[in-house]
Amino acid sequence: MSANVENFPGTPLSQADFDEGKILTTHWKPKLEYGWDAGVAISRYLAELKNGRIIGIKCSRCRSTVVPPRVVCEWCWEPMDDWVYLKDTGTVNTFSICYIRWDASRAKEPQIPAVIEIDGASKGAGILHLLDEVNADDVTIGMKVQAVWKPADERTGAITDIRYFKPT
Amino acid sequence: MAMRKVAVVGAGMTKFMRRAQETGRELAFQASRMALDSCEMTLDDIDAVALGTAPDAFDGLHMKGEYLSDGAGAWHKPYMRCYVGGGTGVFAAIQGWYHVASGLFDTCLVVCEEKMSSCMPHPQGAFLTIFDHTTERALKPNLIWIFALEMNRYMTMHGIEKKDIALVAVKNKRNALDHPCAQLAANITVEDVLNSEVLAWPVQRLDISPTSDGAVAIVMAAEHVAKRITDKPAWVRGVGWSLDTAYWTSRDLYYPKYVEYAARMAYDMAGITEPRKEIHVVEPYDPFDYKELHHLEGLLLADKGDAPRLTAEGVTARDGNMPVCPSGGMLGVGNPIAAAGLMKISEIFWQLRGEAGKRQVPGQPKTGLAQSWGDLMQVGCVMILGV
Ligand SMILES: [Zn+2]
Repeated sequence: MSANVENFPGTPLSQADFDEGKILTTHWKPKLEYGWDAGVAISRYLAELKNGRIIGIKCSRCRSTVVPPRVVCEWCWEPMDDWVYLKDTGTVNTFSICYIRWDASRAKEPQIPAVIEIDGASKGAGILHLLDEVNADDVTIGMKVQAVWKPADERTGAITDIRYFKPT
Repeated sequence: MAMRKVAVVGAGMTKFMRRAQETGRELAFQASRMALDSCEMTLDDIDAVALGTAPDAFDGLHMKGEYLSDGAGAWHKPYMRCYVGGGTGVFAAIQGWYHVASGLFDTCLVVCEEKMSSCMPHPQGAFLTIFDHTTERALKPNLIWIFALEMNRYMTMHGIEKKDIALVAVKNKRNALDHPCAQLAANITVEDVLNSEVLAWPVQRLDISPTSDGAVAIVMAAEHVAKRITDKPAWVRGVGWSLDTAYWTSRDLYYPKYVEYAARMAYDMAGITEPRKEIHVVEPYDPFDYKELHHLEGLLLADKGDAPRLTAEGVTARDGNMPVCPSGGMLGVGNPIAAAGLMKISEIFWQLRGEAGKRQVPGQPKTGLAQSWGDLMQVGCVMILGV
């Protein structure tokens, strides 16, 4: 059937259609605001970040240690409640060098987001964070890194209490 | 499990466009009407409607299912809207399939629509809510991060270079030159891809599909109805879908295990034991060039890390042994998210019926596979059609 159709429906618009005022549009800018509760597991995680420590949680059944902590083991579907302090060092699992911002506009300085496997957690258990104090071209998967913390009096109990990770 | 045979008997689609004059419901109507006309059916012949579309935040509309219901022909009929992110297009067809396979309905119209252009300045903003509000969003992520992180992990684990991956963008954009609905068809070179703007390394401008407006619809029918409607029904031989952990930073991104699970479910249902021999044409989800390769491996159609070689050797070309994205894929035809997934099913439908025109793959394919991918990059949906 597709071969027999000459004109598929749909009317593509061009910039000229807008410049010439041919198209009518309505704009709306919502103002939305939310307050998210951290919950049981993440509240403890955030409180420990404020103390300058990374805490994970261990399943007493399958022995998996994960971070960020959560109240249920996704493999066993059993409650998790065995809290474990982890190191603030880890290994780069993967990374990117990002030149754009959230709205697709160009950033002045590239950022280096990475998945970092945290030492003390099970293999592969990582968190999303940023790398810095490193030349972007020198970052490799497998690189050892450590957290750079905000000073204690500036920490608020947020993932940003770790400013970034840097090579060890 | 007693399930009835179900066939796809009609398909329709709009052009895929950067920005369409039509509203979403107008696009949905155009595609739905075309699908029904293609098999000489009317809305009265339709027992139920399944709709797929992206989150309401894209369009700034609450309850898009309800908004699109008139265009989709859903009034006074059993109607459902489903959504699994980018996986929605094939997932919606799976919903249509079990509406009919279950015996509850004899016919189902499946409609997928997306109008991404409404979201200003860029729909990336609406995507940001996929990140965890407490542990991730404070880092001010952008959507491309997760794809770049996955692509880098895939490349590094297998020692794959960007030039090997760029061949997919070259192939698909060229295939799209033969698709009358294509938004980004082009003759480009590997060099063009490698020289395009770096967004979030390793992702560059030409590695990515565009944002699009568009709609696609298919008609599904039970065996006794399908045989009355057409002498060329495309039977649904297998379906599969699977969801992996949403803790994406704890999942090894180099291999889409959930796609393998979905594929195995579909192969089992279809009685397919050697997919590389038994699948003749493939439409894997290709919002990025590396995703086509990643998915071919998850679908067990290539060994892990070997899909780039198949591409380089022409195996996946339209006239190769296993044509992949003969439509032009999302890289070439465009990516109105839910509609792009259903476009892949309509392409397999047209290919199996020998109706794909200039895009027709040689050798009268008997079995084809469409796959979509989405949510927090951890859902895989597969449908296998056969004639
Ligand atoms: Zn466990």
